Amino acid sequence: MEDFEPIIIAFVCNWCTYTAADLAGTSRLKYPANVRLIRVMCTGMVDPKYIIKTLLEGADAVLISGCHPGDCHYINGNYKARRRIKLLHALLPQFGFERERVKLTWIGASDGIEFAETIAEMVKEIKMLGPVKTKLKMVI
Amino acid sequence: MSNTIKIEVKDQNPLTALKDFFGSLLNLQDIGALFISQHLPMKSVVMPTLITDSDHLQRIDPLAPAFPLNGAKLVARLTHKSIGKKVAAVLRPCEIRAFIELVKLKQGRLEELIIIGVDCLGAYNNEDYKSFVDKNGPESTRLFYQNILDGKKGLIDGIDLAPACKACEHPVPETADIIIALWGIDINKELFVITQSPKGDDIIDKLNFNKTDEPATRLEAVTSLKADKIAWRDKMFAQIDEETNSIEKLTKYLAGCVNCYNCRVACPVCYCKECVFVTDVFNHEPFQYLKWADRKGILKMPTDTIFFHITRMAHISLACVGCGQCSNACPNNIPLTELFRSAAFRAQKAFDYEAGRDFAESPPLAVFHEDEFSEVTSVK
Ligand code: SF4
Ligand code: SF4
Ligand code: FES
Repeated sequence: MEDFEPIIIAFVCNWCTYTAADLAGTSRLKYPANVRLIRVMCTGMVDPKYIIKTLLEGADAVLISGCHPGDCHYINGNYKARRRIKLLHALLPQFGFERERVKLTWIGASDGIEFAETIAEMVKEIKMLGPVKTKLKMVI
Repeated sequence: MSNTIKIEVKDQNPLTALKDFFGSLLNLQDIGALFISQHLPMKSVVMPTLITDSDHLQRIDPLAPAFPLNGAKLVARLTHKSIGKKVAAVLRPCEIRAFIELVKLKQGRLEELIIIGVDCLGAYNNEDYKSFVDKNGPESTRLFYQNILDGKKGLIDGIDLAPACKACEHPVPETADIIIALWGIDINKELFVITQSPKGDDIIDKLNFNKTDEPATRLEAVTSLKADKIAWRDKMFAQIDEETNSIEKLTKYLAGCVNCYNCRVACPVCYCKECVFVTDVFNHEPFQYLKWADRKGILKMPTDTIFFHITRMAHISLACVGCGQCSNACPNNIPLTELFRSAAFRAQKAFDYEAGRDFAESPPLAVFHEDEFSEVTSVK
């Protein structure tokens, strides 16, 4: 598994985590290139089917990251996201998508360092888990 | 508050007693119509009907082991706007529980509805019911309920209850206004009608029956029945979970699926007005298919089969009542109920929720709190 480089798709909210990622960049912080960012207006707009599709298409993990509780710019989008991820955590492990592959975090706009650390840590975690099985086989 | 009345059964014919009971119900002034299953004059088909004239009660058969569809969506259709009259709907427990979920989603209303739940003896799947009735003719319903009430579990000449019914721990309608009680009762002699709400009491008061007590034998019968069903259900869960515990195995399980989406049409709680899988979102550009095929050198078509099923699971597993209609509807005999019920069990457990348990319980994805589920953001 040495040379396995996981692909992580991150849905990040415009107001917090995306800004944090931007800050990490402008601060010249290094984080692994395994992550592909998708900017969304709020974690509350990440439909579970985006996450399901992403995993079925062969991404090794999905990160959903937005504002801390109380800080969501649409008041409660992140609370809705939390319940949706809770549901996916109840459903997906049965089919071999471990909970670690669907990660929800809160990273505030000024937390560039935390963003970089979160990605690094997640890459490490997913490397240990190994590639997602949908990549290897024909999935219908 | 709960009232019980006893109905004498003459000539060992509970169906006649039920016809009389529903007839007098329909004659009540504020009852506009009765929603109940009956044998259609065509073939041996049993279907829900809406009756306004008691002359048409002759072919009703709420005890037949036929369950061609879950009536919850039909009752939602009848109730989503006011009609100025009451409809009494005779339903199985899983139809009531599905309807409760639809009411929570504002797709049906309770105001003008009287829910009459029948103690559920179970049903055969569509194909099995057809062979059963072809073979046994007009005697089939009697043969069935006698077998069940004698404790023989419905296995007759190799035809067995649908897995959904074998695994169903809700054989009694817990949230009906009025229950037609069958379990633990010698229905060739008597039937009991039990009310569970002021609405139910009101109806029974108008019908002028003498009140009595619920026979103790019913509770005993139901308790042991539930234990049996739960044991069977848990065995079913263990088996299906083993059979689908990786994406390869799930792919194999669903391999026969042709994306016809009958299962979601039949599902009483697949609530979206327009299913995204039939919209233009999935009307991909032709070149796109080639690109997808190119990645692994092969692409199964139609595409997005597993995607459809897991997404449907995400949509309805918090509302699934285990009625079995998804399996019934599948042209390729994929045992969907086992799969969806087991997913539903996990999902509902995660939210300490049970579909159809209580009108007052909000669907888990329709509410949220600031301080909850902190474990979701700390998966390690
Ligand atoms: S998923 Fe299947 S068992 Fe569950 S409610 Fe829908 S049709 Fe019934
Ligand atoms: S009914 Fe059967 S074939 Fe049709 S979409 Fe559902 S699982 Fe697939
Ligand atoms: S705006 Fe950031 S999570 Fe809602």
